[in-house]
Amino acid sequence: MIKQIVFITATILSFGILGYSLLRIYSFLKLTKSHKSGPLGKRISKTLFVALFQTKILRRPVIGVLHALVFWGFIVILFGSLEIIIDGFTGIEKSLSSLGFVYHVISISGDVFSWIILIAICVFFVRRVFLSVKRFEGIEMKRRSHSDANFALSLIFILMVTLIWMNILSSAMNLEEGKLLYPINALFGQFFTSLDHTILLRAYEINWWTHIGVIFLFMNILPYSKHFHVFMSVPNVFFSRTEPLGKLPNMDNITKEVKLMMDPNLAFAAPTEPVSEIERFGVKDVEDVTWKNYMDSLACTQCGRCTASCPANITGKMLSPRKIMIDLRARMKEKAPHILKEGKGYNDNKSLLRDYITTEELWACTTCNACAQECPVNINHPEMIVFMRRFLVMEESAAPTGLNVMFTNIENNGAPWPFSPEDRLLWANDLTTN
Amino acid sequence: MNIEIPVMADVTAKGQQPEFLFWVGCAGAFDDRYKKVSRAFTKILHHLNVNYAVLGKEETCTGDPARRAGNEMLYQMQALTNISTFTRYNVKKIITICPHCYNIFKNDYPDLGGHYEVINYTQFLQTYIENGTLKITSDKFADKSITFHDPCYLGRANGEYAAPRKVLEAIPSTKVEMKRNKSFALCCGAGGGQMFKEAEKGNKEVFIERTEDALETGANIIATSCPFCMVMLTDGLKYKNKEEEIFNYDIAELIVMAMGW
Repeated sequence: MIKQIVFITATILSFGILGYSLLRIYSFLKLTKSHKSGPLGKRISKTLFVALFQTKILRRPVIGVLHALVFWGFIVILFGSLEIIIDGFTGIEKSLSSLGFVYHVISISGDVFSWIILIAICVFFVRRVFLSVKRFEGIEMKRRSHSDANFALSLIFILMVTLIWMNILSSAMNLEEGKLLYPINALFGQFFTSLDHTILLRAYEINWWTHIGVIFLFMNILPYSKHFHVFMSVPNVFFSRTEPLGKLPNMDNITKEVKLMMDPNLAFAAPTEPVSEIERFGVKDVEDVTWKNYMDSLACTQCGRCTASCPANITGKMLSPRKIMIDLRARMKEKAPHILKEGKGYNDNKSLLRDYITTEELWACTTCNACAQECPVNINHPEMIVFMRRFLVMEESAAPTGLNVMFTNIENNGAPWPFSPEDRLLWANDLTTN
Repeated sequence: MNIEIPVMADVTAKGQQPEFLFWVGCAGAFDDRYKKVSRAFTKILHHLNVNYAVLGKEETCTGDPARRAGNEMLYQMQALTNISTFTRYNVKKIITICPHCYNIFKNDYPDLGGHYEVINYTQFLQTYIENGTLKITSDKFADKSITFHDPCYLGRANGEYAAPRKVLEAIPSTKVEMKRNKSFALCCGAGGGQMFKEAEKGNKEVFIERTEDALETGANIIATSCPFCMVMLTDGLKYKNKEEEIFNYDIAELIVMAMGW
């Protein structure tokens, strides 16, 4: 009974704190602009492929398979965690066993995956600590990024060790049932059958409490860690655009202005709608981004596949697509609480553009979409880059000289180079064929 | 035989309606090297008896370089101008060589009310090769090996990796892939407005990195299907002092050379 009360209190507390953290992030999200995600059917099939079948992470096959196994293992083991919570609330043991065959399949898979995840986590750890993987480095990768990663790996390690011990000890206490539900750990469990039942039960409970305790701890650290991607990656894929990568979102407020400019009749007609607040063109700071841009930054786990494929980064330029996401999240964390407290007019004389992301980074992008193509959770970095270029060009006329010349050429001659439209057919002169 | 290029204004004045608009693009009209590609593709259109026309002096920039560089205002002015020209000539199908023009017509113009069937010339050629109309039997390139550089705006931007390869497949020759190809392909370095500006400080030029990928294959010919890629890779070959032994041709040029047109 005491166990139940302690457990229920701990659970409510943990979910309460998690709820608070998530609501806070949601209130940040509400400061941003709208985003169109596209038709539902397409988004569901995309989520199935990219998230569930891990198609993009498998573009790097070796490490990709390991990640996919951990992901699939987590889904299976999530059922186990759900059972632990129900058990803890009701005081019943193995409360979901009434599911029969399904329960057997889940238990057996969970048993197998506990070892697969443990091994994978060890590989990840060795890789991070002892092999120098180039994409884990970069100007944006601070000490904190690395300790964040190692801490999360350690927690998952403890989760798996305690789960494995729970299955071993459970098998030791009831070998017949253990062999059915935990075929791998029952192999170890048979060595402990001779031990006193109370000792086994005590050991089992220690592991049980450690396991659920670490789960509660982990889920409350996630919203403040780069490992928030555990929660955000599937929704992020679901809300990502379904159109080809080459498409950029249209600026409807510009369309209105351009149509006015091009049709003089419209310009002198009485305004049909009230003059709305003048919107800023492009992105200067966090409140100018779409909620999906911000979600992208929350779903980023800093794996660096984007930066490793970026032609500008490969050739030593400042640009790192991963940094764009890290900066966006950090700036939101810095500014949003003040906007919420002091209102939209809050100004700290800093902005995402320039104070976090320099113009040198933005102008180095070739919009080749390699970063977006690689991102396992469908983050769209080029969109953010173009949004910030829009601010630089249309609000500040701060484009590099070469681009300003190109703009002027298009305005005057309808071509990015200084050639007369009158000469547009010269290429076809004296064209003959056999 | 002389080829007269049909111009939209003249053709429609005679009461005829061409099936396709052939969008030449700024590079196709003005870049000395790339004019040869426009000429090559026009020869192909002529030999395939395609019912097409060009806009000629009425063509103007799609607005793509302005858009990727952040000048949405200028892009939309160009786009709305083009859309009204297309409406005037009742344009339904557009063929482009340049993948940047292809991408913006296909993906961005619909938001401004311009809905067209947009066909990249590699897709167009693929159709004619697959239905047997365009057959290449010449052994002009039989002893050559060709590597294809994927343009970002045909490849990753629109998922079209097959069409250019199908077309090259039809030219008797050896094909070799670069280590980074299809969706993994490295950009030539000219997209997103880079063509028109100095590169930011770094330790290498992107076009040199990509040229090295191409040289590593040992191919005699680098095939491209984008005006910017062509500028970049041709420069890369010069930088590496390979322009005497290794050649950069557009896919349309390879067909015309193989056919002896």
